Amino acid sequence: MISSYKTMQLTLLSCLLLLACNSAHSGSISKGKSLAFDRSKGNCLACHTIDDGEMAGNIGPPLVNLKMRFSTRDALFKQVWDATTINSKTSMPPFGRNKILSEEEIEHIVEYIWSL
Amino acid sequence: MKTLFKCCHAFLLCTTLTVFASPAEDLGQFRAYFKDKFPSVPFNEFNNGVYAINEDARIAWQDIEEFPPYEEAILNGKALFETSFTNGRNYGNCFENNGVGVSQNYPYWDRARQQVITLALALNLCREESGIPALKYTEAKLTSILAYMVYTSREMKTNARIPTNDKKALESYKKGKKFYYQRRGQLNFSCATCHIQNSGRRIRSETLSPSLGHTTGWPVYRAKWGSVGTLHRRFIGCSKQMRAKEYKLQSEEYRNLEYFLTYMSNGLPINGPSYRK
Ligand code: HEC
Ligand code: HEC
Repeated sequence: MISSYKTMQLTLLSCLLLLACNSAHSGSISKGKSLAFDRSKGNCLACHTIDDGEMAGNIGPPLVNLKMRFSTRDALFKQVWDATTINSKTSMPPFGRNKILSEEEIEHIVEYIWSL
Repeated sequence: MKTLFKCCHAFLLCTTLTVFASPAEDLGQFRAYFKDKFPSVPFNEFNNGVYAINEDARIAWQDIEEFPPYEEAILNGKALFETSFTNGRNYGNCFENNGVGVSQNYPYWDRARQQVITLALALNLCREESGIPALKYTEAKLTSILAYMVYTSREMKTNARIPTNDKKALESYKKGKKFYYQRRGQLNFSCATCHIQNSGRRIRSETLSPSLGHTTGWPVYRAKWGSVGTLHRRFIGCSKQMRAKEYKLQSEEYRNLEYFLTYMSNGLPINGPSYRK
């Protein structure tokens, strides 16, 4: 049995954590966006229409509403980490497997495109 | 049924190597694939690369062709071509028909040398026979002579031959073909990823040209280079885009690649030299 005092403490703590997470979250989204657009990083615009990105290619589908296509963030992460595990004939580079981007960079990008 | 047929082309060309197909069968599939993909483009137009499939780019290009920036290279090339070496011989002596109207037959399989000989390499072999040092494959002298020789072949049909009586000729062709379909480099692309599978689509704002016709217009004057350059120079450019290993200009790898790619354009009129942005 947790005392009501303890519960209050926990609630407060999780509130604080949530707040912290939220701001880290939006920071991650903006980092993700610049990584996704940067030609020497993700360069996702080479193939995908994304958001307000300019001069987008059309080799892959527009990146919108990804929550409809991917049931979890993990599944989306996998698509960016190594698209060939999902479709061996894909044109999409295996960003994680071939070390084009670091795990952390991919996390930011996933955070960003998950939010679109 | 028609869709099934289309799917088959797409499958064979984009994804797998039909290992046991003969060059003639490869050629049939290759043409049929692009015919299906670009039904409104007449066969003879494929020698214009991206300008055959992108109207805006075509209009800008036609303007430039009014005063072609490669014209000077043709004139300089002609003069160099006709100048005698110190021993009295000249380039023409090294070729059939004195080197006029022969470039559509290059690259060819040289039975004696047991390798693929491109027009650029043939020029340096010619110099070697006269005891003159080879030219660099980036040198204006060499690219100008190429421009002139190709110019004398304009409208003649690409005619790369793979002799059936020499196993090594077929092997070189197959190596070139394998190179084209093999994924390579950090980005895991093959040449076919961009120029077969995604031809007609845009990478950023750049429309990807079909590989059919990729060899007919060389050398080209590229605005980006500010000069006339060779097909192998373009191979290096694309390898860089793929973040893949580059091979040397006129390396065996690139000569075999050129052999395969030229054979795939057989029947298309030569239209070099040409202009590209
Ligand atoms: C060279 C082309 C290319 C590049 C660069 C590229 N992609 Fe893709 N992407 C594709 C293609 C093609 C598909 C379609 C699915 C397939 O082929 O497997 C795809 C599919 C996707 C999908 C699944 C979309 C859906 O609706 O199913 C996501 C998500 C995605 N890409 C994200 C990215 C991100 C993020 C980047 C950059 C870090 C990126 N892509 C870079 C070609 C590319
Ligand atoms: C990431 C995409 C990509 C890959 C992979 C790629 N290329 Fe290209 N290539 C291009 C672009 C973009 C151009 C310029 C526009 C055009 O003509 O397609 C081009 C142009 C060319 C041209 C000139 C076409 C012309 O008519 O001027 C040739 C030849 C060529 N590529 C050959 C190759 C070969 C061979 C490989 C493999 C070693 C290769 N490419 C791989 C993107 C690519």
